[in-house]
Formats: sequence, structure tokens, C-alpha cells
Amino acid sequence: MPGLEDLYKEIILDHYRNPRNRGELPPPACKTEGFNPLCGDEIVVYAHIVDDHIVDIKMGGQGCSISQSSASMMSQAVKGKSLDEVRKLTGEFKAMMSIPGKDDAPAASESSAAEIEAAKAAASAGDAGNIAGAAEKPDLSMGDLSALKGVVKFPVRIKCAVLSWNTLLEAIEQAS
Amino acid sequence: MGIDVSSIKADFPIFDRQINGKPIVYLDSGATSQKPNAVLDAMDNYYRNHSASVNRGAYTLAAEANDLVDEARQLVADFIGAPNTHEVIFTKNATEAANLFAHSWGRSNLSQGDVVVITEMEHHANIVPWHMLVESNGIELRWIPITDSGELDLSELDVLLDGAKLVSVTAMSNVLGTMNPIRRIADAAHAAGAIMMTDGSQYVPHVPTNVTEMGVDAMIFTGHKMLGPTGVGVFWGTTELLEAMPPFLGGGDMIMQVTKEGFTTNALPHKFEAGTPMVAEIIGLGAAIKYLNNIGMEQVREHEVALTAYALRSLNERFGDDITIHGPSEPASRGGALSMAYKEVHPHDLSQVLDQANVCVRAGHHCAKPLMQVMGVNSTARASLYIYNDEADIDALADALESADDIFGMGF
Ligand SMILES: Cc1ncc(COP(=O)(O)O)c(C=O)c1O
Repeated sequence: MPGLEDLYKEIILDHYRNPRNRGELPPPACKTEGFNPLCGDEIVVYAHIVDDHIVDIKMGGQGCSISQSSASMMSQAVKGKSLDEVRKLTGEFKAMMSIPGKDDAPAASESSAAEIEAAKAAASAGDAGNIAGAAEKPDLSMGDLSALKGVVKFPVRIKCAVLSWNTLLEAIEQAS
Repeated sequence: MGIDVSSIKADFPIFDRQINGKPIVYLDSGATSQKPNAVLDAMDNYYRNHSASVNRGAYTLAAEANDLVDEARQLVADFIGAPNTHEVIFTKNATEAANLFAHSWGRSNLSQGDVVVITEMEHHANIVPWHMLVESNGIELRWIPITDSGELDLSELDVLLDGAKLVSVTAMSNVLGTMNPIRRIADAAHAAGAIMMTDGSQYVPHVPTNVTEMGVDAMIFTGHKMLGPTGVGVFWGTTELLEAMPPFLGGGDMIMQVTKEGFTTNALPHKFEAGTPMVAEIIGLGAAIKYLNNIGMEQVREHEVALTAYALRSLNERFGDDITIHGPSEPASRGGALSMAYKEVHPHDLSQVLDQANVCVRAGHHCAKPLMQVMGVNSTARASLYIYNDEADIDALADALESADDIFGMGF
């Protein structure tokens, strides 16, 4: 069984305790909401997009340490970035969060230790994601976000980690 | 004589299992219960020795399968004090039973402006089917509020019942453990000209149940929370109600006659059981009821009141203000569903930490989102008790809770 230290890294807890970019933005910033129907976590993304760039972003909602820290780190990582860069980063993040051969987080965490080890090996070998090559250098642009890598070992929590990213993608779709 | 938990545990093969070298502390029976050998064997025996379709063949095997289903239906009827066996309708689960009622009775009896009264502590299974009737039939949905202590606030009941056609209330909350005064509400509903349904999903597995004494016209419940398998639930209604209801699903078994021009319906209970039923699951539910009857439902209830009392006392003594256990504080007026908040640790994180000690609790909204909104939270961690739990399980929960401090200690 993977240890909790793989999940609750200090940097994750720091973002959970002191969420960055927390708050709201008035229109014309767009607002999108994401829900995890399994556990009730919710994320609100306020994104101010000008000339295909996220010029400002604020996060709202409530949930567990994983969903909230992922949202906080994401807000830091995407602020000021072009939409293309954000899409690419989202692809990289989701690749980091995916188990090979499965499009989405499995409903139950019945994966054997061997499966999880295989997932880790594959993830670092770069063939984890559905976006070709996305996971090749997972640590380069990920920064703090790579602290969330351990979530893959706890498959039920993957949905928590990707919730804010999916909500941001929706905001980008709305804006473009 | 109380329940001998260790001999009960020995009947449940799952407790032979260890995860990471440690036993399982199963505190999620409110979501689904574990299954004793008696249930597994009964289902296995059907498939191995009596497998045949029911209601159709004249040969010996088919007759045996029929007998097994009839026996199970009789066991269910007796277990809930149903006056007639044909009033027990097998469904997939409680959710399907609620939908059967909403679809069949609701669609044909409710129209624009008719009132259905439910409560703020309902499971989605007793909410969404009525929301659907708001959309399809234009009914009005009214909510009995809850008090701060998690009980129904019945002070305005008469006002809420004005114009009501149906009142549908859970007998026991799956989040708060609250046991509601079903008889009192049923009497008030009838006086106001409404019929009364109760959701027995959390009640029937844990408390001696008699639908006649409860004064209800209909009840739903689900097999997998009462030691039975998944895939079987029950809709019970009075003969009068069921006779007046149009069929729900159409197809084989539910018909008396089919011509090119139309069909006529079969007698109860078959009128509401279209298609090949879940024979093995029905037999499994019958075996679960036999198992519970052998222990005695009075004993089951007594055990859970005592264990709930121990849990409330020991957790509150050990953690004081660091723990909040929602719902009524008096063990005798509640069931063993213990929703809690521990310090500021999010329920999802809490259940992850507890999992390290194989302590299984459920974190989430428990399919009761309107209740979560009223409580002002978006989720809780819930431990829920059954016959195979004992004080050691509560102690294991408490120890595991404390280990959350190692990770979430400072600043939370
Ligand atoms: C009070 C209550 N009602 C209804 C249900 C629905 O049961 P099922 O999912 O088996 O249909 C549940 C179980 O989650 C419940 O706790």
C-alpha cells in the first residue's frame, strides 16, 4: 500500500492551508463551476482572458486538500500564460494523472500494487497519456505541480486533482 | 443476552481477509452491508442445483425455483409485517422502487399544483423522482425542515400538508441517524387526505419493522444494506394502492393477455415485475432475512443502541470539541449512522487517513445534497454500524482519527 507521505507532500498541504489566488473576479472575467459528484467537492474558476492570454485568475469553492491544492497550484501556473500554453500544460498535467490503458480515473481503487508500479514506470517512461509525448518531461514545466504526482497511486483521488483543470478548460472554451 | 459479535463475524468471509496484514474495520454498512455465508450459499445453491426460470416451466427444476422465490417473498412480507404476501414487489433496489411509485402512481394521480411533501433529510432516491414529476406533471414539492439537532421540525406540519396528495419521509436518515415519527406523520397525512410513503432503506435492516403499525401506505427498501446481495430491493404497498396503480414496466410476466390490440395485466405481485426477475438475488435476500431472524431484530436493535451509545460517549470524551457528531445525541432515538467532522480535516482526507488503518468510512454528501446545504457543509465522514461491529471497531476508529493529526496537525 502506498504511504500517505506520497500523497500529502508538504507543498500540497501548504497550498491547502494558504491557497493562492483565492477569491472572485467581476465580469468580463468568465466564471465556470466544476463538481465532483462523488464527494461533493466544488471548484469555481474566474478567468480574465484577454488576447488569448489568462491575464488574471481567481479560485473559489471548497473541497479536500487534493482538489484545493491542485486548484491553487494551477492558478499560479497558468496566470499570464497564453491559452495554447495552458492547454499544453493541462495535457501534461492530465498525462501525469493518468493510468495507462484507462482514459479516466477508475471508479474503485482495486488496482494491485503491481498495476500501480506499472503505472508509475509507464508514466516516467513517457507513454502514460493520451496526448502523445505529453509526459516525456513531466517535471520541466510542472514546477510545484509535480508534487501531485503521488496522487496516481491513490486512483480514487485522481478526480480531485483534475477537477480544477477541467473547470479551467471549460472557461477557456467559453472564452474562445 | 446480547449479540456475540465474534461468532457473527465468523459467519462473514470478508472478515477473514486482511489488507496489508491488518484486519478490516468495516464501518460503512450504511452504504452497503457485508454478506454472511448463508446468503452466499443460498445464491450458489440456486445456480448449482435449482437454476431455472420462474413463473414459466412446469418441470421440477422450475417448480423448485418458483418455490424458492415464493418462500423469499413470504419471508420479506413477514419481516415487515405486510398483511399480504402479494404486496411485496421485487425491484432492483430502493431507488427503482421509488421510481416505480413515482412513475406509476405519481404520473397517473398527480397533476398541476398537486403537492408532494418530503423532508430536508431525504436521500436523492426520495427527492429526484419527485423533482421529475415537478417537470413532467407540474406538481409542487414541499419540504419539512429540520432542527439544529437534526430532527424533523413538525411545528408547521399542518400548513405543509394543506393540499398534499402524498407525504414521503425517510424512517431513518442515512446521514444523521435520526429516526422519524412515521406513525405521527402518517396519521397527519391521512387526516389531510394524503397517502404516506416511507423510505425504509436505513430502518428495515436495523429496527423491527411493521408497516401496519407505522400506518404507511407504501415503503421502499433495499436488499444490500440488510446482508442481502445487490440487485434486489422492495416496493411494498397496500393491496388497495397496488390494485389502483397502473403497471410500470411492460413485458413478459406482467401480463394476463396480449393481443394485437393490447394487453391486460397480471395479478399482484406479477403486475409490477416485468421480465425475468433477479431470482438468485431474491433468494439471497430471503436467506439474509432468515439470518437476521435467527439473531432476532430486537437483539439487533439493542446491540446497535448500545454500540452507538459507546461510540458517542467514547469519541466525545476522547476528542471533546475537536469532534462534532451530527444528529440526535440520544442513542435510543437514532440509528448507528454517525456523520462527523474532525477538527478541520476534510472528510475526503479523513477517510484516506483512516484507510491506512483499514478503517472503512464513507466520505461525501451521502446522496443527500439538500441536507448538506441545510447543514452548511459539502460533505461529512460517516461511520455506520451493524451487527458485526463491536467496541474494538470504535476504538480502532478513534485511534485512526488521531493519526490524522500527524498530517493535518498544525494549523488545522
Ligand atoms: C435512506 C436511503 N434511501 C435510499 C437509498 C438508495 O438505495 P439503493 O441505492 O440501493 O437504491 C439509500 C442508500 O444509499 C438510503 O440510504
